Amino acid sequence: MNLAYRDIRHNLGRFLLTCIGLGLLLGVVLAMIGIYRGLVVEALTIARAPAIDLWVVEANTRGPFAEASRIPGDLREAVARIAGVSAAGSITYQTVETEHRSGKLRLYVIGYEPTRPGGPPQVIAGREIARSHYEMVADRSTGLTLGERINLGRNVFTVVGLTHHQVNSGGDPAVYITLPDAQKLQFDLAPPAARVQLARGASGSSRDIVNAVVARLQPNASPDAVAETVRRWKHLAAITQEGQELILTRSLVDRARRQIGLFTSLLLVVSAVIIALIIYTMTMEKLKQIATLKLIGAPDRTIIGMIVQQALALGLIGFAIGATLIANIKDYFPRRVVLEPDNVLILGLIVFAVCLFSSGLGVRAALRVDPATALGG
Amino acid sequence: MTDAKTNRPLVRLDRISKHFGEGETRVDALRNVSLDVYPGQVVALLGPSGSGKTTLLNVIGCILDPSSGSMELDGEAVIEDGQWLRPNLRRLRLDKIGFIFQFHNLIPFLDATDNVALVLQLAGAEAATARARAVELLDYLEVGHRRSAMPAKLSGGEAQRVAIARALANRPRIILADEPTAALDSKRAGIVMDLLRKVAVEQDAAIIAVTHDEKIFDRFDSIFSLRDGRLEMEERGDDQREPDVFQCSKSVS
Repeated sequence: MNLAYRDIRHNLGRFLLTCIGLGLLLGVVLAMIGIYRGLVVEALTIARAPAIDLWVVEANTRGPFAEASRIPGDLREAVARIAGVSAAGSITYQTVETEHRSGKLRLYVIGYEPTRPGGPPQVIAGREIARSHYEMVADRSTGLTLGERINLGRNVFTVVGLTHHQVNSGGDPAVYITLPDAQKLQFDLAPPAARVQLARGASGSSRDIVNAVVARLQPNASPDAVAETVRRWKHLAAITQEGQELILTRSLVDRARRQIGLFTSLLLVVSAVIIALIIYTMTMEKLKQIATLKLIGAPDRTIIGMIVQQALALGLIGFAIGATLIANIKDYFPRRVVLEPDNVLILGLIVFAVCLFSSGLGVRAALRVDPATALGG
Repeated sequence: MTDAKTNRPLVRLDRISKHFGEGETRVDALRNVSLDVYPGQVVALLGPSGSGKTTLLNVIGCILDPSSGSMELDGEAVIEDGQWLRPNLRRLRLDKIGFIFQFHNLIPFLDATDNVALVLQLAGAEAATARARAVELLDYLEVGHRRSAMPAKLSGGEAQRVAIARALANRPRIILADEPTAALDSKRAGIVMDLLRKVAVEQDAAIIAVTHDEKIFDRFDSIFSLRDGRLEMEERGDDQREPDVFQCSKSVS
């Protein structure tokens, strides 16, 4: 006779309500883990998008994401000629806010050379940029649709392709335009300001400035060796893809990552305490029954089994509810929630351990019950 | 009745004492209590609050260590000089003692049959055998028609009958009852006492009940009262009931 099952069946509504409450709590924990993972993934997304091996940036900087970097665009040709480099492309990054559908739309604009490295990793609808000007590939999360026209600066761009999951570390969706369009967007001044610059005699400076030159290496080339070659020029810095990702996770999103990580840990501790309290309370409510069971001769294993099985059932059902909930609503979050199977599995194991530990508290209380308390009112 | 005829008590207490605390805080709950209860006897323990009757019931029920003295249950020495002779007292209770409580103490998430069958399964019976025996007991106690009812759906009298069935499940020969009729009206209290007497006679069991219920005093073969931990026999007016069978002895030192 399984006493745990019988007790659950007898108080099914209450037990399920408790499971749902616990499920919501564990759902929040899973969401926080997903947000934490999402933050890291989003921080790396733009850096991983060009699928390159080396970032050439301004000397003594850790650009283009962690620090500002400005280098001449024609450096791309010099980089492309270095031994071991198979392809190179110039690239710019800038954040733009524009009017769209009577609202503000914040975009992370990436300028690239369409035939060279630096473009969107995957176009899920439409096509890649084919014309030199005023076409864009936009991330799906911008809400833009194929064929839609949008103002950027003083020009109107047409959405010709859509990509997905391309956002910067701040969560702004990316759009890709050609490098000349991006440079024009960045450096073209409004007519009054241009006239002031002209009057100051500062209009002749080159606008062929980019934030980085990205390089794809030949299969047998060592990124560190090529980077060292670039550094020897002294006026440039070179960062391998691995180094760039390290900068992004250690510097750019480190505080946010730690903040969310700490909050997730606190939430996990709170969840553990709540689980422990629920299980302990469930046991304390049954002390008279436990005393009766002990008095009529039930061995400890029967009582321990009842408490542990109920605790594990509570944890299992609560966790299943929480995981199902988050799996179904995670795509509705404003920022990306990434739930990897290993994260879910680890949380599941933690919940299992917490339930086991919590049932230990209940078991301890149950084993200390004096069977004599079953006698008398 | 065989044991009665061979003069072998089912419960034998020999100079059992129990004290709590030491020095100025010492309280003597039981003082050299000796008592023999024979098969078929229904015995009452009376006494004001704090007189030691619950302590005595706990010692006989193997849930409280005495400070000194010896005890035999169903012919087996279980306490000698205040020391338990068996390590597993829960198994001892399961095998030898049935408990009946003031408020029936049925497990609320088991139906009447499973409340009785549980005790049998704890003792090692197969589920089907246990349920069959449980149904048989419920029928014997005339509550078989409520075998599928949950405790919350049973009346006070029905619940107490199910509790008695549970106490009898493993065929114990010693039944300890703590205020078995306190929660019942006089009619149902009388029915329960008649059932306990039936059990004592038909199953050769000894029944010891703590009670304050004056309306059932006439249902006991012997009535003892505890005062300040000392056991005394109460005078009874109807000792004529089967006097040759219900021999009860007591000694107070």
